[in-house]
Amino acid sequence: MLELKGVSKRVGAETHIDAVSLTLQPGSLNVLLGPTLAGKTTLMRIMAGLDPPSEGQVRFAGEDVTGMAVQKRKVAMVYQQFINYPSFTVYENIASPLRVAGLDRTLIDREVRKAAELLRLTPYLDRLPLSLSGGQQQRTALARALVKNAKLVLLDEPLANLDYKLREELRAELPKIFAESDTILVYATTEPTEALLLGGNTATLSEGRVTQFGRTIEVFRNPVDLVTARTFADPPLNTIDVDKKGATFLLDRGVSLPVPDHLTGMPEGRYTLGFQPHHLALKQQTPQSVPIRARVSVAEITGSESFIHLDFGAVRWVLFTTGIHHFEPGDSVEAFIDPRRVLVFDAAGRTMAPADGLVS
Amino acid sequence: MARIDLSAIRHSYMPRPSVEADYALKQVDHSFLDGGAYALLGPSGCGKTTLLNIISGLLHPSEGRLLFDGRDVTDLTTQERNIAQVFQFPVVYDTMTVYENLAFPLRNRGVPRDEIDRQVRETLALTDLAAVAQRRARGLTADLKQKIALGRGLVRSDVNAILFDEPLTVIDPHMKWQLRSELRKLHRRFGFTMVYVTHDQTEALTFADTVVVMYEGEIVQIGTPDELFERPAHTFVGYFIGSPGMNLLPVEVEGVQARFGAHAIALPGAVRDVKGPAELGVRPEYVRLGAAGLPAQVRRVEDLGRRKVVWLLVEGQELAAVLGEDEGLPTEPRVTFAPEGINLYVASRRRALEAAA
Amino acid sequence: MTKTWNNKAWFFVLPVLALVAFNALIPLMTVVNYSVQESFGGNVFFFEGTKWYSQVLNSERFRAALGRQLIFTFTILAIEVPLGVLIALCMPRRGVWVSVCLVLMALPLLIPWNVVGAIWNIFALPDLGLLGRVLNGIGFDYNFTRQAGDAWFTLIVMDVWHWTSLVVLLAYAGLISIPDAYYQAAKIDGASRWAVFRHIQLPKMKRVLTIAILLRFMDSFMIYTEPFVLTGGGPGNSTTVLSIDLVKIALGQFDLGQAAAMSIIYFLIVLVFSWVFYTVMMRNEGEGQS
Repeated sequence: MLELKGVSKRVGAETHIDAVSLTLQPGSLNVLLGPTLAGKTTLMRIMAGLDPPSEGQVRFAGEDVTGMAVQKRKVAMVYQQFINYPSFTVYENIASPLRVAGLDRTLIDREVRKAAELLRLTPYLDRLPLSLSGGQQQRTALARALVKNAKLVLLDEPLANLDYKLREELRAELPKIFAESDTILVYATTEPTEALLLGGNTATLSEGRVTQFGRTIEVFRNPVDLVTARTFADPPLNTIDVDKKGATFLLDRGVSLPVPDHLTGMPEGRYTLGFQPHHLALKQQTPQSVPIRARVSVAEITGSESFIHLDFGAVRWVLFTTGIHHFEPGDSVEAFIDPRRVLVFDAAGRTMAPADGLVS
Repeated sequence: MARIDLSAIRHSYMPRPSVEADYALKQVDHSFLDGGAYALLGPSGCGKTTLLNIISGLLHPSEGRLLFDGRDVTDLTTQERNIAQVFQFPVVYDTMTVYENLAFPLRNRGVPRDEIDRQVRETLALTDLAAVAQRRARGLTADLKQKIALGRGLVRSDVNAILFDEPLTVIDPHMKWQLRSELRKLHRRFGFTMVYVTHDQTEALTFADTVVVMYEGEIVQIGTPDELFERPAHTFVGYFIGSPGMNLLPVEVEGVQARFGAHAIALPGAVRDVKGPAELGVRPEYVRLGAAGLPAQVRRVEDLGRRKVVWLLVEGQELAAVLGEDEGLPTEPRVTFAPEGINLYVASRRRALEAAA
Repeated sequence: MTKTWNNKAWFFVLPVLALVAFNALIPLMTVVNYSVQESFGGNVFFFEGTKWYSQVLNSERFRAALGRQLIFTFTILAIEVPLGVLIALCMPRRGVWVSVCLVLMALPLLIPWNVVGAIWNIFALPDLGLLGRVLNGIGFDYNFTRQAGDAWFTLIVMDVWHWTSLVVLLAYAGLISIPDAYYQAAKIDGASRWAVFRHIQLPKMKRVLTIAILLRFMDSFMIYTEPFVLTGGGPGNSTTVLSIDLVKIALGQFDLGQAAAMSIIYFLIVLVFSWVFYTVMMRNEGEGQS
């Protein structure tokens, strides 16, 4: 079990990590999700013991390891860049942590071949890393992390430099590779979709703070605040500022939405509504759905889905729908939203109450 | 803007290529029509960047000719071709302000001062950079830098084409959405000839009207996004586009039926001259889960928020299916395929199915 | 909290600290000590305050040496930096010739100072040396041991020959770190060769050039061996730069106090020049950074 207790990191006047407390269970997969410079790498470096925190405590398996050097911990790290020993063969690369540990030759050979088999590197064991494709280079780095039998494996955007399709494959394999051990996996990414594909738990990071930590799909469906909802949305979350008057939210341009039943007790005032692009529809899907007239800014069409960018006054929204829907810029469309799907945030950005059961 | 014709273009990075495998580009004949938005899509090493660099003149092809509006430009330099290119990593001139960056290509071409000012201001407005016009380019974020790079292309009103080499690689997901839709809008408004190289299917499909899929130095399919999705001409296209990619099942063709293990799957039409082993291609979006059909075992469910991917085992074969956000998974699911989503492949190539009479 | 943090590292640093103390701090303190005292034989010292300092600063001889020093340093900087950058620009960026060029460039740097002096001394001798014979043969009245101008000429050529390589290597390192995309973008933008240099290569080389200029400044300001081996500061005092003058005062006249004060002034000049130059360059560097 890895525990961070009130961990902060300051460099000069800048706060890179701000009072982060997290508990990661053995055998778990944990995603750190946040944009560039949110503090993902800094947090991982603190977890690994590469950097000391300015404040707070890092505990591993109940023991305080805050000041312990990285060499003494059973930690492995894989980076965005493919980092291998260029003059070693793939075999020697994978064997290197075992040689450092002073294992005997037959044991090393067995471990290396086992890892190579799992990562499909067996045909390349005698090659040099730089003669391999990016995917194979990263597999080599992963194999090295695997044989180390580390209790904590940190993956810092490991697939960012790979092709889309290779990413898909390796992403599916990763959790399986480490599944049998009680290793704590930590995976940093900027992409919400990647977090969802990986599953496990997700901690959303924004400006050095962990805004929410929980089961990935839970965090996605029930973000505790606007920052989390924004961090965890791809395409970007649609938002709009509204006034609550009685049982209605007043939008601009004379449009109003009924306040969902469980929120009617909220005080009057200014709120922000947020809803996912796929909850905005071109057709009325439930009797409760409310039409909102907006202007098409541009329509992006993949072979099977459409992303329709809408302008509602000065506000930009994206409507996601399956099927192909052609629109010209400037077209006026009716977009339907079921108020029960809407997330309501107060002036401080906190989610008012989990949305209706419909969002399960 | 111009029409770009590639005629029998081949390229090898070796001095004396002998066998086919020595060529990074095996044989490309293609026309990019004036004002079209094109994407070159493929995995790394498929030759897409090589092709782009041949168009921009950074590479001279080993064989073949390149025409802009019918004029042979194969031997012209990059400057003489008058194209613009946006690279993977933003290239900005650090010491200059944003304004000066945009003015740079015009100053190099000796455009009069007030003309430069007018065009730069226009481009600044177009790319939403007016607010940072007087800032040094160096301290700006990656997405702004990439806009500057784009602006340097747009500022020349007479460019023949704008080329993009994986321009969103270093951009955060949220900004990707914004930049992408802005590019699309610019294209709709001004009708530039644009060629966009990427390995990311979403970028390719959303950006382009026509997508050129490349694989191992060859073009495997040219089509609109929906053609590539619905009717992949090659199993590689089926795999490469869509996520997850197309399911491929080994079958035996018998008339208008395909035998899959112990089961018979009705084909929506007959195939001429095909008998025996073939592959049935069905996108996960066309796999239906219900009470009738092939018995399946559920291996794993990925909940992606707006949809779920269900991984099944059918006759020992892994198969992906897609469910909507609110759709439930039947307890003992059986699999059927929507007829409009069935494609048939022999030796990796698609064979047309003729509607049954 | 962080008490176990890399404590061992200090053990490795300690010997270095001791070494630095012995070979830098303690001698420096000794010099400071000498510079404020009058010494007589038999270890008798009197405190003199700033007397030596004002004497040195007011002496015509010191000013002349300083002037010669400044002329020398700025002349070689003005030649070596542009020449070094020019050679670096002409070097191939890839291929087999890269290593050949690098080895050729590194050769002069491997030769010890006094050997360089000796080589050029012989090379330039008007009656024996190849250079001297050729120059005289084509009609120049060249003799570095008798004519001040010729001595200067030889000294500068020697330094340029010896040290331009350093600037070349540093500039080259800066150049090859520029990604290809920059050159490609410049081609597309229709940039001239000069514009590429001015807006891409020069800004990207700025850091390494700052280092190169600093190193060459400090080193040339302290030049001693070459003029000493060549003419011993002559003819006359024409190539008596600061360090040569200093040695003459300290060891020739045994004026320890004056020499010590001069050393301190000398040291401060180098320090202040370097510091000002570095801060100015780095301040520009940080500009517009956020």
